[in-house]
Amino acid sequence: MTTLKTKNISRAKRPRTRVSAKSPALKYVLRLFVAGATIRSRQAILRVRALCEAELKDSCELEVIDIYQQPTLARENQIVATPTLIIEFPPPLRRFIGNLANIAGLFAELDVLNKAKIVL
Amino acid sequence: MTKRIPSPTPTSDRLPKCPSGIKGLDEITGGGLPRGRPTLVCGGAGCGKTLMAAEFLVRGAVQFDEPGVLMAFEETEKELNANVASLGFDLAGLVQRKKIVVDYVHIERSEFEESGEYDLEGLFVRLGHAIDSIGAKRVVLDTLEVLFASLPNEAVLRSELRRLFRWLKEKGVTAVITAERGRESLTRHGLEEYVSDCVILLDHRVNDQIATRHLRVVKYRGALHGTNEFPFLIGEDGISVLPITSLALNHQVSTERIATGIPRLDAMLGGKGFFRGSSILLTGTSGTGKTIISSNFAQAAALRGERVLFFSFEESPNQIIRNMHSIGLRLEPLVKRDLLRFHSARPSLYGLEMHLATMFKEIATYKPHVVIIDPITSLMDLGTDSEGKGMVTRLIDYLKANQVTSLFTSLTQGGKAPQESEAAMSSLMDAWILLQDFEGNGERNRVLYVLKARGMKHSNQIREFLISDHGIDVVDAYIGVSGVLTGSARVAQGDLEKAAVLASQQEAAQLKREVERKRAALERKISDLRSDYESEALELRRIAEQVGTRTFVLGTERVASGLLRQADIKVAAITRSKSKTVKGTS
Repeated sequence: MTTLKTKNISRAKRPRTRVSAKSPALKYVLRLFVAGATIRSRQAILRVRALCEAELKDSCELEVIDIYQQPTLARENQIVATPTLIIEFPPPLRRFIGNLANIAGLFAELDVLNKAKIVL
Repeated sequence: MTKRIPSPTPTSDRLPKCPSGIKGLDEITGGGLPRGRPTLVCGGAGCGKTLMAAEFLVRGAVQFDEPGVLMAFEETEKELNANVASLGFDLAGLVQRKKIVVDYVHIERSEFEESGEYDLEGLFVRLGHAIDSIGAKRVVLDTLEVLFASLPNEAVLRSELRRLFRWLKEKGVTAVITAERGRESLTRHGLEEYVSDCVILLDHRVNDQIATRHLRVVKYRGALHGTNEFPFLIGEDGISVLPITSLALNHQVSTERIATGIPRLDAMLGGKGFFRGSSILLTGTSGTGKTIISSNFAQAAALRGERVLFFSFEESPNQIIRNMHSIGLRLEPLVKRDLLRFHSARPSLYGLEMHLATMFKEIATYKPHVVIIDPITSLMDLGTDSEGKGMVTRLIDYLKANQVTSLFTSLTQGGKAPQESEAAMSSLMDAWILLQDFEGNGERNRVLYVLKARGMKHSNQIREFLISDHGIDVVDAYIGVSGVLTGSARVAQGDLEKAAVLASQQEAAQLKREVERKRAALERKISDLRSDYESEALELRRIAEQVGTRTFVLGTERVASGLLRQADIKVAAITRSKSKTVKGTS
């Protein structure tokens, strides 16, 4: 089932995938919006960093934004809840709200796109 | 505002209010929404929640110099711009001038996934940033409930909403939160639980195929407010709430009197006509001349240089002008000089409220001295009795507050007692003139009488009036054995009276002639007697003179002879002359 789905999606994304395969600079673009230095914020930041380092390695571009410092970005990115992790690339855009305590969904998402096994 | 709420201590002392600028709403709430607190506006679909919130914001920015933030959860900025533009608000312009910030919060459920604990700080930051960027005093959240559909965790949401309202209060902004009406509760998700200062309920009802929006202030903590349901309208220039009971009876009154254009009707009204600013009701069955009398009134006012606004709900302006021409009223020049303005509309064109709003608008722009509504009954038929009466009350209140004289015509059904059918309206009227048909003697004649005229002496007589080439003539009253005489009976009675007068006049003249003749005869007799007497007196005088002369002559002769005799003459002469004169005079 999973492989079938994967195939379908990868077929749909084939041109991009091909381009990305050619270009070594292709990266996941992740943005994490947090509101100040709260426990939740720290938890989210730590978890997403661990994820990037452990699994995505160099193919991950993570940006942590404190909306207290940059409130306009909150509006531009339609942030309502914090923390919010946005997977901006590859599409489609996904939002994960919460302190990333439960990241099974996130793994599934990344897994599908990466075709790699992630174990944290 | 405060004068309209009869309160011994002004409410503004206790609770600062934030004028909404929405027509009528500030009167109901005694000055506006609670300043620095959130207000909940709830209602079903299509009842105007968003528009009311948007108007609150726009009016704040334009009229009260209070910038505002609109946080929209349902409509994009573009959609909002278009929606409020239909009410004549330039939202985009205000956004450009930094008077209003519109933040469209878009939550796509399919994009979201929950991955742990979270809060809505993002929303707070956005809102806070928007408020701080323009120094906003007002905030609108339209519609928060979208969050319930988008965010999976209701417990978090509820605690965050509680925090949000507290935060809004701390910020000191006057907030309006819109919410969808629930089945059992005021709002679908129980937002009223959090917003406890002021709750306004809107609703949209269809009655007799005519939809009317209503507004009710369910709750207003710490302030007096109108508790009734008030109809409101979304018109070309925004929302107007039309309060019936918010207006107190404290109109200025005028002692100036204005003529009706029918001199003898003026005479019936204490000789001077109606009071300026009074409300006049003219009732009658069809064909009794209601429109004619009102046109007369209109013409008279316009000829005095006053502005007259004529609302006609049955005839077109051109038709009225043509018809009135036939009885010698020339309204067209007055229309051209803009002293007379017609406003015609079919009663069924829209609901009562809309009619009322249109009329208010016309009156506000034209500022007439006299308003004529012909006929008010076709408007009142649109709603229930109480709605109709409410409408008339509001209209009269409005007109009286502006010192506008108003004339309402009312069509009564034949057969029904006129007083009964107009009972609802009549108590609101200062003067009531009744037009009636008198049938009998093979003809139908028109009569009028003054049923009431507050504050003036008025005739109690039933008077017949004629409609002729030169307008309306109220004719002399003739009372016969069976009551007032009209038509040919009146003419016959008139002739009879004329004949009687003539006869008595002739009789008197004859009597006068007779007396004259007798006097002449008497005078003649007197003069005859006088001349008789005078001639006799003359004769007497002549005789007396003769006697005197003779005596004298005799005397002298005797003296002469005495002298001759040389007798003692002196004594004898004196005694004799004495006796002679006595004899002569007797």
